[in-house]
Amino acid sequence: MNPWMVAPILIPALLAPLMLLFLRHRLTASRTLSLTACLVLLAVAGLLLGQASNGEIQVYAMGDWMAPFGIVLVLDRLSAMMLVTTALLALAVMAYAVVSGLDRKGWHFHPLFQFQMLGLNGAFLTGDLFNLFVFFEVLLIASYGLMLHGGGAARLKAGVQYVVVNLVGSTLFLVAVGLLYGATGTLNMAHMGERVAQAPAGDHALILAGGLLMVAVFGLKAALVPLHFWLPRTYASTSAPTAALFAIMTKVGAYCILRFTTTTFGAGAGELAWAPGPWLLPAAVVTLVLGFIGVLGARHLRKMAAYAVIGSMGTLLCALAMFTPESTAAALYYLPHSTFTAAALFLLVDVIAARRGDYGDTLAPSPPFAQAGVLSGLFFLTAIAAVGLPPLSGFPGKLLILDAVRGSPGGWWVWGGILGTTVISMLAFARAGSAIFWKSAATEGEVKAGKPVAPNASAAIIAALLAALVVLTIAGGPISAYVNATAAQLYDLQAYPDAVLAQSRGAR
Amino acid sequence: MSIEFLVASAVGVLSAAGIYLVLRGRTFPVVLGLAFMSYAINVFLFASGRLVVNQPPIYGKDVAAYTDPLPQALVLTAIVISFGMTALVVVLSLRTFLEAGTDQVDGAGEIDAEAEIAGEGPASDLPVRRDVEAKP
Repeated sequence: MNPWMVAPILIPALLAPLMLLFLRHRLTASRTLSLTACLVLLAVAGLLLGQASNGEIQVYAMGDWMAPFGIVLVLDRLSAMMLVTTALLALAVMAYAVVSGLDRKGWHFHPLFQFQMLGLNGAFLTGDLFNLFVFFEVLLIASYGLMLHGGGAARLKAGVQYVVVNLVGSTLFLVAVGLLYGATGTLNMAHMGERVAQAPAGDHALILAGGLLMVAVFGLKAALVPLHFWLPRTYASTSAPTAALFAIMTKVGAYCILRFTTTTFGAGAGELAWAPGPWLLPAAVVTLVLGFIGVLGARHLRKMAAYAVIGSMGTLLCALAMFTPESTAAALYYLPHSTFTAAALFLLVDVIAARRGDYGDTLAPSPPFAQAGVLSGLFFLTAIAAVGLPPLSGFPGKLLILDAVRGSPGGWWVWGGILGTTVISMLAFARAGSAIFWKSAATEGEVKAGKPVAPNASAAIIAALLAALVVLTIAGGPISAYVNATAAQLYDLQAYPDAVLAQSRGAR
Repeated sequence: MSIEFLVASAVGVLSAAGIYLVLRGRTFPVVLGLAFMSYAINVFLFASGRLVVNQPPIYGKDVAAYTDPLPQALVLTAIVISFGMTALVVVLSLRTFLEAGTDQVDGAGEIDAEAEIAGEGPASDLPVRRDVEAKP
């Protein structure tokens, strides 16, 4: 067993209580430790990506209890890719939180951040459905703290809604787990896949109900219409670094839909094979369209960024819902792009709002403000990425998705949706950019804004996130080869269960 | 009446009450609703291992029938988590009521966002704790 596999869970699990207990009043020490932890997590994730890229699925049995009796961690190409994306995003977000001084606006930012990393990394690595629930709870509890960090009445009110919605979601998760356990008698995802394949026809309805309920819970996390209502208000009310970090939280939902469906409702499941697909696809297309209409209709930049998250989740889920290797590969290429773009957008909006003083993030011209030149350049690039125009990675991402869904049933709906929303979002971003930068330059007067906090460092962090998109574009060849191999591994009927259940099969 | 009927009706009644209360507009009924729903789920999870009366939970060579111990472990985890979450949501609603001056969760009775920023929200008799700056 590879001990490095537990490191992404163990490092934050050890650091968070340490910071909570001993570093409460030591901001510099907390910051140093937090940034170091993010770097170490990135290094470990890179190492694991290197190990996973040869196609071997590694399994770590906790306490050496073999699957399906014990809980296992599973590292395959998909998990490794998600770990690297999370670590990169976390590093940028933590750096921004430190330079913008968000971590001073209340206690416990750093421990909460580490708990969040613990939950995220755990959710990407676990091979057990109930363990996934536990990691979901860990990341949600940490996210409640982060979402409310900094306080304020508006944020608290949005926070109550966010917490209540997610508590109901957790309850449904347990119902789904109970149904699936009752019908299959196992919680290990690979084992459950085998049991579903062998299930008598009489149990199919029960399994289907449990499975679809599970997908609905993941859809809630992924902001799938009609379960998206919590997202705009939450993301627009919380602090920018938290919203940027939450860009990966919606992807956890997408990841879980993909992982759960391929292991449990895979091609081997007979008449239950790919059962969530027909339900997901229409919802995903509506998500895509509604999201970008929201972008066009938003009157504040923060709301706009939040709706852009919904729109890009729609794009991603359209491709996922097809459940073909090509479309999954395209979705996996689009996933890091969508994550980094959303994060860059939230951070940039925060900087713009701070420079505009009282005008904040409203889509109305203000008098000229500091750093307008740099910020307009960054906004232009981020908008290109969010709309999905060349030369940044949104364009090849959308192109791959369009190409992959061409022959599939419902493919034309996806074509119409993606092409139509590209036009809509282009309009929306062009209008926002011209209102905030062009018209502001021509407006008389002066904005009353406080002294900028670390103006160059903030801009550099956003530029670094955009640079990640450039890397995604330039290294498109190797990355698409990797995501193609990932999709092939996911659609390989035997690879995952064979690796996970090898030990117990050997024992028989 | 069978034990199955008893458990099933308990789950049904608890979930119905929970769903009704969660859909109310103020925090107190919503919190109660969440508690009801988590009770319903605990009973439901317990039943997912099949209802067996008077059998040992531990597997042995000479034991022919036994009760499934796993759902009990799951329920224990679920109880701990839902207990913690209920505590959190109670404190959060209280704090929100003190800061925002309203316990509406459905958006009704919304204070204007501008008024909130300017500190013109409805006054509350109770002391409001402002954010504390962490000392470097």
